[in-house]
Amino acid sequence: MTDLFSKFDPLIEQRRALLATGVTDPFNLTMERVVSPTVAVCNGRETILLGTYNYMGMTFDPDVIEAGKQALDDFGSGTTGSRVLNGTYAGHRAVEEALKEFYAMDHAMVFSTGYQANLGIISTIAGKGDYIVLDIDSHASIWDGCKMGDAEVVPFKHNDIEAMEKRLKRIPEGAGKLVVLEGVYSMLGDIAPLKEMIRVAKDNGAMVLVDEAHSMGFIGPNGRGVAEDQGVLDQVDFVIGTFSKSVGTVGGFCVSNHPKFEIMRLVCRPYVFTASLPPSVVATAATSVRKLMHAGNKRAHLWENSRTLHKGLRDKGFELGTKEPQSAIIAVIMPDLERGAMMWEALLREGLYVNLARPPATPAGMTLLRCSLCAEHSAEQVQTILGMFERAGKAVGIIA
Amino acid sequence: MDRDATAAKIAALIEPFNKKGIAITDATTFAGDLEFDSLTVMDFVAAIEDEFDIIISMNQQAEIETYGQLVDAVVKLQG
Repeated sequence: MTDLFSKFDPLIEQRRALLATGVTDPFNLTMERVVSPTVAVCNGRETILLGTYNYMGMTFDPDVIEAGKQALDDFGSGTTGSRVLNGTYAGHRAVEEALKEFYAMDHAMVFSTGYQANLGIISTIAGKGDYIVLDIDSHASIWDGCKMGDAEVVPFKHNDIEAMEKRLKRIPEGAGKLVVLEGVYSMLGDIAPLKEMIRVAKDNGAMVLVDEAHSMGFIGPNGRGVAEDQGVLDQVDFVIGTFSKSVGTVGGFCVSNHPKFEIMRLVCRPYVFTASLPPSVVATAATSVRKLMHAGNKRAHLWENSRTLHKGLRDKGFELGTKEPQSAIIAVIMPDLERGAMMWEALLREGLYVNLARPPATPAGMTLLRCSLCAEHSAEQVQTILGMFERAGKAVGIIA
Repeated sequence: MDRDATAAKIAALIEPFNKKGIAITDATTFAGDLEFDSLTVMDFVAAIEDEFDIIISMNQQAEIETYGQLVDAVVKLQG
């Protein structure tokens, strides 16, 4: 008998070798208690959270929590059904209304996760004979959406407008075209030149889908994302977003002005063939989305945090993913996986949690310590974080 | 462009990617013999696409394992 697990042997060996060095397993951490959006207890010690994507700190907002409790009382713990059968409650409609207002768009469709939103929309709208042109650094959910559909998949070099244009121009006459972009790329925290890319896409007759998972709530005048910030949101055919970052719960969505958009609810399999979100989740999401419409001060503080951390780390000699802070993600580049894991552990001992990111999730085989800031991080916490990075970096030998 | 002329152009394009100087035949595999990782594949495919002004989609790339299959595919894609 062939062991179907033998294909995982190289990864099992890499993991064994890493853990044999005595380092704490970076992919098996437990949050024993969560104190606030920025503090949890891990391994019995209080830890500052700097790797949660909880950008706007909505997870402990009193109004959000109250809405969730009320929905639990009024509607129960779960829907036990698909959106197209018994799983659409008043709360699902209400959160879709909130999203339509938030983006000022005609249609909103809520999925059970952000992953399923990309999976469902991309695999459904691009079919046999159509072409998907996408950035090579796209998120796994976008790639999986491509793989699940029947379209021809054509990647181009990250953020390379010319490479994208060349590929669009080579697509056979009459074929359907979908360009898939992200506002913020979550590994390095860099943004896309959406204005130019969307113009090129439109000039070549393509529809455009932009994943704004890592920008919602704080980029753009109304927090609608990078496309809004660059003044081209009206050119985007489909915006994909998530509730599991700035909104502070779980779920995914697509908003669109396409006049036929509602048919998606019947043809999109990852929407139809799964249970809908629990009533408490959609209630917390709707409350949070509405509060994010008026979060100008929090946005400003988040940007201050991002700038302070970026400058502080750069001044201390760390190599960062972007020259300037472009989002609330600051990626610190590690020389290799082993030293990355050592640095990750040294930071955890200091009382700081960041994400350790490694191939294949990262571009160019890089190992990254990915930091995501929160609007609820105080200025003092950011200074504490910088001190922790300095001590850990010197101990591990990442900085001099 | 016939197969020989296409093959000659591809041979020139693959040179900078053939870091170990492997002797290439039609049976040479990209993943096994040349040890191409996903980034190398992207750059190499882009170089070929630009040279011949064609698209080799990921779906088509999945069918191409050897150098000979690549040459055949490029000949076909040029129509």
